[in-house]
Amino acid sequence: MLAFFYLFAAISIISALIVVSARSPINSVIALVVCFLSIAGHYILLNAQFLAMVHIIVYTGAIMVLFLFVIMLLNLNKATEPMKTLGTRVAAVLAGGLFFLTLMAAIRHGINITPANEFDPGVGLVRSVGLSLFKEFLLPFEVSSVLFLSAMVGVVMLAKKEKTSPQPLSQVEGLPHDNAPLNKA
Amino acid sequence: MNEGIITAIRVVPLEHYVILSFLLFSIGIAGVVFRRNTIIILMCLELMFNSVNLLLTAFSAYHSDPRAQVFVFFIMLVAAAEVTVGLAILVMMKRNVDSVDVNQLNRLKW
Repeated sequence: MLAFFYLFAAISIISALIVVSARSPINSVIALVVCFLSIAGHYILLNAQFLAMVHIIVYTGAIMVLFLFVIMLLNLNKATEPMKTLGTRVAAVLAGGLFFLTLMAAIRHGINITPANEFDPGVGLVRSVGLSLFKEFLLPFEVSSVLFLSAMVGVVMLAKKEKTSPQPLSQVEGLPHDNAPLNKA
Repeated sequence: MNEGIITAIRVVPLEHYVILSFLLFSIGIAGVVFRRNTIIILMCLELMFNSVNLLLTAFSAYHSDPRAQVFVFFIMLVAAAEVTVGLAILVMMKRNVDSVDVNQLNRLKW
């Protein structure tokens, strides 16, 4: 079992590094899918089967496909992204490394947690999670549908083409965005 | 097989999951600062969300408390909404400034 854990951990860390360092966005998305699949493996190791299934369906099934669609529609699959300056890159690696060091220092004495409840092999199955979701957390569950509705409306509003400014904003030299309708009038 | 999975919770120490989550979160932070492509910055945000989810699930499994897993479920919902809005902003950005470089987004800078 420890071997399975180390296997999944190695896969997730290596694919996360590929996500950050890949030149092409498509490669980053594929590496992120691999990373999410290995995290689903971690969920199964933790006996959280409901979360593993939801994770595969929502993340690798929906969100990553959304990323792929956006890359495909906007034709972003060019590795011509200008890299940041060397100083910024060194600062990025230093920031991540120092953050990791800080977190590790916080747990340097180990984590001594006594479980609050008796060990229950049914935790994480659909039954226990579903009971908790629809008894204690029914109101947040319903409110999340409102969240999705507002997100949907916001996305449609954001992604709709604006009829008032037919030319791209980059071609309107020196014009703030709000003055574009005045220009037409 | 099911028994083997259940015993895995007790075999792997909790520190291992904590360190793994820390590593994934740090890689995500480094990626947000490292890259200029907005879509990859969004993916690094997803990576950080997932490290937090993994940590919550590990604590939930060690505490035998299913409520933390419900919390992870809600984090997934919020992350899905966040990604849709973020990608819509990305589409709008590509349309307006014809680039996905975050360095182009300096219109609010003094």
